[in-house]
Amino acid sequence: MDITRLLTRYRKLLVAGFIILVLIFLTTFPLYGNDYYVKLLTFILMMTVLAVSWAMFSGTTGYMSLATAAFFGVGIMATAFLEGTLPFPLIIVIGGLLASALAFLIGLVTLRLKGIYFAIFTFGFVMFIGQVAYYIDVHILNNAWGHDLPLANPGTLLYWMLGLTVVTLLIIHFIRRSRYGLALLSIGGNEEAAEHMGINTTMAKVMLFTISAVFMGAAGAIYAPALIHVEARIAFNVFNSFTPILMAIFGGMGQFHGPIIGAVVYGYLDRTLRSELQEYFMVIFGVILVVVILFLPNGITGLIATLRDKLGGVIAKWRKGGQAEEHANT
Amino acid sequence: MRILEGQGVSKYFGGLAAVSDVDFHIDQGEIVGLIGPNGAGKTTLFNLVSAAFPISSGEIRFKGHKLNGLKPHRICKMGVSRTFQETKVFGNMPVIQNVLVGAFFGSPKRISAADAAGEASRALEFAGLSAMAGHLIQDLTLVNQKRVEVARALATRPELLLLDELMAGLNPTEVSEAMELVTKIRDTGITIFMVEHVMKAIMGICERILVLHHGEKIAEGTPKEIATNKTVIEIYLGEETRAGN
Amino acid sequence: MLEALPRLIITGIMDGSIYGLLAMGLTLQYGVCQVLNISHGEFLMLAAMLTWTLTDALGISPLLAVAIVGPLLFAIGFLLQTTLFRTLKKRTPSPPVFEGSALLIAFGLFYIISFAARRNWGARDYVNTILVDRVSFLGTSVALNQIIAFVIAVAVGVAVYLFLSRTRPGRAIRATAEDPATAGLMGVNTNMILAFSFGLGALMAGIGGVMTSWRNPISTYIGFNNTVIALVVVTLGGLGSVPGSFIAGIMIGIVSRLVSGLWNPLLIVPVYYAILMILLLVKPAGLLGKR
Repeated sequence: MDITRLLTRYRKLLVAGFIILVLIFLTTFPLYGNDYYVKLLTFILMMTVLAVSWAMFSGTTGYMSLATAAFFGVGIMATAFLEGTLPFPLIIVIGGLLASALAFLIGLVTLRLKGIYFAIFTFGFVMFIGQVAYYIDVHILNNAWGHDLPLANPGTLLYWMLGLTVVTLLIIHFIRRSRYGLALLSIGGNEEAAEHMGINTTMAKVMLFTISAVFMGAAGAIYAPALIHVEARIAFNVFNSFTPILMAIFGGMGQFHGPIIGAVVYGYLDRTLRSELQEYFMVIFGVILVVVILFLPNGITGLIATLRDKLGGVIAKWRKGGQAEEHANT
Repeated sequence: MRILEGQGVSKYFGGLAAVSDVDFHIDQGEIVGLIGPNGAGKTTLFNLVSAAFPISSGEIRFKGHKLNGLKPHRICKMGVSRTFQETKVFGNMPVIQNVLVGAFFGSPKRISAADAAGEASRALEFAGLSAMAGHLIQDLTLVNQKRVEVARALATRPELLLLDELMAGLNPTEVSEAMELVTKIRDTGITIFMVEHVMKAIMGICERILVLHHGEKIAEGTPKEIATNKTVIEIYLGEETRAGN
Repeated sequence: MLEALPRLIITGIMDGSIYGLLAMGLTLQYGVCQVLNISHGEFLMLAAMLTWTLTDALGISPLLAVAIVGPLLFAIGFLLQTTLFRTLKKRTPSPPVFEGSALLIAFGLFYIISFAARRNWGARDYVNTILVDRVSFLGTSVALNQIIAFVIAVAVGVAVYLFLSRTRPGRAIRATAEDPATAGLMGVNTNMILAFSFGLGALMAGIGGVMTSWRNPISTYIGFNNTVIALVVVTLGGLGSVPGSFIAGIMIGIVSRLVSGLWNPLLIVPVYYAILMILLLVKPAGLLGKR
């Protein structure tokens, strides 16, 4: 029995085993790993949540949202304001709920707009909320120096982020398999037809947008302590809207694991290269964004799939050639 | 019983009237055809019934209920389903799932997964697609994609089915098969309202025909009446002459 | 406070003429090439900074710099269309997918241009203004550079408008914007038209940038705000409408001076975004928009 057949038969088992190994690794890591790597993993997990949540909405509906930074920022500010007054788990929930409330409102009014207008609107919204938050925080609440957050145990933060990541992935997994997931798939397939088959497409999109925002807000709330110092203008940085997009597209939007791969790669590169390269990092980011859009629209997973097909074709031909020879010799 | 009724139905795009003051009615169990030259407003009228876009003025009633202002998904759940001129199947899922969508969401009440699956297989069988349930849409021929659209619409358990140019692009054998399918559908109790250019189909299975021209209804009657109607012949002959030039 | 009104309005119109010029470029790029160039403001910034470099390194007068920087930016725009966006079009023919991807590419360009510029020129302000003497104009004191810039902006705007509406190449451009497939069938060299239009858009940003350097201190940070202004103006005037952009530019110029003078300068930017969002909700097609 050859390797490929083994792999396909026990595929589910292999995937489950791999996931369990990763989980074991991540949960035990703080016990022996040094702080730098613990923080790196936390960052990568956070990026995963953002990329996966973004892909969940924008990949399914085809509406490109640039509002990620707004929802993420809301979560950060929630921690900035409520830290110390409320228990951390509650703050995380509040961060997620606030972000989702915002998403619900925006979704209701904008999801009937055409795609490009939705993109511009969400972009403008991030900038707007950043400006407003800054104005309120600095000029009305007089927090001119921003908010300082107490040092958090890196291991604790990692566990929270890991928990959020697992919850996010599980929820997305179950949505995809539910009838709601079928409705979303059909909206992505042909929205007009979906609506004519009885699907309230507007509400479906609004709900999906809202759900994706919960994860983004929670991620912000959890990550805030790692920033140590929080300011409104930094919390709402539109760059945080682009990175999830790049990660998702780079990793490959069609699959579940695409954004995860993109997040891992990007997260690692961001942490290791950003401080060294400074402006060049951003220039390279722009270049990679352009290159990926132009040449890798299906991302890495798409590339691998294409390569596998081509490789499979080559192997098949080679096998056929061998058989022909055999027949020729008899 | 009048299952579908329209009074003074009009639709303006900017200053242009795509449909102008059209009165029409369809009785339950009928197969009614809608014909007219290109740009006459046929698909627009369909789009007004299914609420793909809002009506400018007039009223459309389904089983006595006003459809004005309702969204397409509500109308579907009320019992009106349709196919589209440019076949709008869900290209990102296999055939069975396409039909499942109709089964799940076309019913006004929440339906169990088992019931939906049953509904979907019945619709597939009715449309002759049981063998292709697992196939991807891209692998299907045009005529089979149209069948999928029909099966999907049937899975929503409609009382009224709107067929928009079902026969377009089909060869004569396929047209005859489609005509059989449409009659079969009507025989299960579903009323059919169909837009068509293929005269053989219209004359063959419709009991009544409405003729639109420049958005207005210019004739209505049985196939024989329409075939001998002077105005209708003129506009179609006129079309041919212009096409010939 | 009301005595300030005439001054605010007049200076607003002058600011607005440059906004209008900038927006015309953006709307042209979107209307013809289907690219919402979110890096448009960076072209303005680039032009402004290059003007400074030309003055600083070669002693070229900022006034004359238009003649060098303008064509240079046209060339850059032309090249970007022929390389990046034409390739993208070939790979993603579907319009909504193309628009989304083009938007993302434009974001990539934003990061490339602005941070490369930051690397080169740093983060500081540069002053390369000219003709700063004030004159009395319609009862208000305005700087000479503002008047000259206004006159040039209007002249260019009118020239472009006439070019697009009265000349054959202009009609070819409009035809391509309307229906590229048919235009191609009628013998229009659509590739050339697209490249030319994108270049023309960049040129207008370039002229705007040079003139901005005449009037205000400049830095590598000015691009983004100008992109936002251009976006708001273009949405107000109607995505795709060239005259609409200019008129809307003037309006936004006035609004921004009024907000700054009567309310609080810090609120100008939030107001821009608020206008943008409200417009998108209420009338995304804008004043004269076609989509």
